[in-house]
Amino acid sequence: MNFLFSRQALVSKLGLGLMIVLVIAGPLLMPRSYGLPGDLTSAPPSWIHLCGTDLNGRDMLFRILQGGRVSLLVGVCGAAISLVIGTTYGLIAGSAKAGIDHLMMRLVDILYSVPRLIFILILINAFNQHLQQFASLHGWDWLVSSSRIVILIFSLGLIEWLTMARIVRGQTLSIKERSYVAAAKVLGEGYWMILRRHIFPNLAGIVLVYLTLAIPSVIVDEAFLSFLGLGVQAPQSSWGSLLSEGAASINPLRNAWWMLLFPSLAMLSTLLALYSLGNSMRRSMQAK
Amino acid sequence: MLRRIASMPLVLLCVITITFFLIRLSPGGPFDSERKIPPAIEKQLLSKYKLDGPVLEQYRSYLGDLLHGDLRLSTKYRNRSVNEILAQTLPVTLTLGAIAFLLALSGGVWLGTFAAARPGTASEWISLSLTLLAISLPSFVLGPLLILIFSIKLAWLPVGGWGTPLQILLPALTLAIPCAAVIARLLHDSLRETLAEDFVRTARAKGLTESSIVLRHALRVAILPVISYLGPLAANLLTGSIVVETIFHVPGAGGFFVNSILNRDGFLLGGVVIVYCVLLMFFNLIVDIAYRLLDRRIQG
Repeated sequence: MNFLFSRQALVSKLGLGLMIVLVIAGPLLMPRSYGLPGDLTSAPPSWIHLCGTDLNGRDMLFRILQGGRVSLLVGVCGAAISLVIGTTYGLIAGSAKAGIDHLMMRLVDILYSVPRLIFILILINAFNQHLQQFASLHGWDWLVSSSRIVILIFSLGLIEWLTMARIVRGQTLSIKERSYVAAAKVLGEGYWMILRRHIFPNLAGIVLVYLTLAIPSVIVDEAFLSFLGLGVQAPQSSWGSLLSEGAASINPLRNAWWMLLFPSLAMLSTLLALYSLGNSMRRSMQAK
Repeated sequence: MLRRIASMPLVLLCVITITFFLIRLSPGGPFDSERKIPPAIEKQLLSKYKLDGPVLEQYRSYLGDLLHGDLRLSTKYRNRSVNEILAQTLPVTLTLGAIAFLLALSGGVWLGTFAAARPGTASEWISLSLTLLAISLPSFVLGPLLILIFSIKLAWLPVGGWGTPLQILLPALTLAIPCAAVIARLLHDSLRETLAEDFVRTARAKGLTESSIVLRHALRVAILPVISYLGPLAANLLTGSIVVETIFHVPGAGGFFVNSILNRDGFLLGGVVIVYCVLLMFFNLIVDIAYRLLDRRIQG
């Protein structure tokens, strides 16, 4: 079993590495015309267009790789933000007095059982235009064109921190009781010193595991929003918006299955690699 | 427990307030996209839909209306109140959600038990790999793929719609499968831990059969993490139903929710969110009570 799981982790890492390289280098290596509307519309896969072309004659592989940039970027940055929020919150709750800790964790419980994604949806659509106006006022052109992506990153980071907070708090509580922390206290080390020398190093491993598991959650959330047409919007695309185009292009009359299948495979393989990497990391942590 | 119930109105008030002000903060009014309307008529419209006056005043009057159970009028679907729309669409969403819930729970519990009872075998490995695959197939990936396979290639099942059991099957499965996988993994891990405990060894020593040990004794204890996951599960199902209803053209509340954002239909949006939250809060309360009862029975 262990042998299988470690091989699983290795395969996941290789797969993820390959996906990242492809997503970054792919669109640079392919001819520029592949990303532009062409004459060959809705063509099934061929040797020239490995994944076929879309309704406007753009190469699907090119679009999937370019969409992957957005999906992975949002996933990694969103998870990083959730990491910062969750770790801070968990640390404060874990080292605070019991009453405050209880209150803070009660809030996490409530947030867990509220449809958070729905609020974020409203939030994104409420703030997008404000952000665009703000950006164009300051002349930040890059922000005007990708304001939705920036908002997505921040707002998804804002909802995916709950698990991280729980884990960090639990870990902090148990480290706090260890004898070496008691010894450090006796030796007169201050709060920050204990935090830095004893608690942080012991948190690093488990935080890394849950960071790996937070990335796919954020990717799924982003794709959910973009699928509904409320996340990333044209001219930009992510795997979610490609999937929604794909879902719209399969019907009994005209069945462009390649527009659905290949984005699905990209999404599936990435999520599978991230989840199984995270799980095998967690398993090896628990085994220790 | 009582404190929990007492805190519910407070949470609800927060939900309503956040929703109201988020919608108010959105730029553009509900009547912006139409042809230029004369100011007099716009004023009349605004007053009909109670969108005039200072924001705080509006907020107070909205709360008052909510207290009377009035979710106000939809600005897009003219002449229909949010109450009417929800009365029509919510039963559909709830049916779909309930079927998916039962499917997810029964499938997940079965698979989790099946895998945990066969440690170190190929069956366990295959079951766990299947759950990992299912978790990596979120509903917006799984749904269109199921349509592609079962409705278009094989033409066994209808593409969408609502009413017949065959039409319900695919959306319910799409919604249930990822959740079932989460439950199965949760239960598997917790059962493995429970099966290593002393009382299980005692039961084995008494000569009980393996199936009776797992089903009668271990499962009772191991099910607790699954019970506490039911609250988040319901939230996931409600969120997921939005996208599933869109994929399968199910006439539920989810489609109206998406449209209400696109149309800046504030009261419809608010109504859906508030009703969803109330439902979830009640569900969580029930789960909480169930958990405590189970827990006490086990401890006691």
